[in-house]
Amino acid sequence: MFELLIFFCLLVVGYLYGGLVERRHFASIRERESQYQNLLTFSTRHVPPFDSPVTVALVVGSTVVSIDFFKRTAAGLRMLVGGRVSAYESLLERARREAILRMKEEAVRVGATQIFNVKLETASITKGAGRQVGCVEVFAYGTGIIVSR
Amino acid sequence: MIITNIEVIPDKTIVKHLGMVQGNTVRAKHVGRDFLAGLKNIVGGELTSYTELLSEAREEAVARMRKQAEMIGANAVVNVRFSTSSVTAGAAELFAYGTAVVVD
Repeated sequence: MFELLIFFCLLVVGYLYGGLVERRHFASIRERESQYQNLLTFSTRHVPPFDSPVTVALVVGSTVVSIDFFKRTAAGLRMLVGGRVSAYESLLERARREAILRMKEEAVRVGATQIFNVKLETASITKGAGRQVGCVEVFAYGTGIIVSR
Repeated sequence: MIITNIEVIPDKTIVKHLGMVQGNTVRAKHVGRDFLAGLKNIVGGELTSYTELLSEAREEAVARMRKQAEMIGANAVVNVRFSTSSVTAGAAELFAYGTAVVVD
């Protein structure tokens, strides 16, 4: 009975606080994405010729994001019937957009104006560690082009 | 030392290929971090300690790759790739590899 009570408490805390954290994170992501709109990012490997001499630098960005207790339970129930697991979709979307933003932040720091050959890598870092599933790491990397004037 | 994940370096020509260089590191989380991450798992959100741990580990892997490239006389590493794999529960291997070249 006591265990059940704890379970429901965690569900409520996860639902309320986790939802709040996620909404805030998405708001911050949207704001920063509009801030870095001028930094062009390409997934092509080919770098077109530039007029002025350029230097290159590897730029990286990564983040580890965890899902909240409510969504993890909801996803667990969803696994029984199959279909779209929207709880994990938003988790991965958040992580990817955040990793790309951090890569862009680093690019701006080193003075790059474009990023080429952007690659994204996703890893589930707590895989196999007991019940701790639902924690992903997304790593974004690319080559920043620094145009010297 | 120029490090890039594209095959060519703009405005520079590759004069010599020196083969593949690599760097790796295996990291485990410590108990305190694991405990805090467990609490964070309830409310969700970013696990800052893990983000730091993994980016430090990746820097280490790149530094080892760079050292290996320096040892064989390269001045650039092109076509760099990263890979992550979990060896056991609680430990991850971060691996960086690329082609060492001489450019002028």
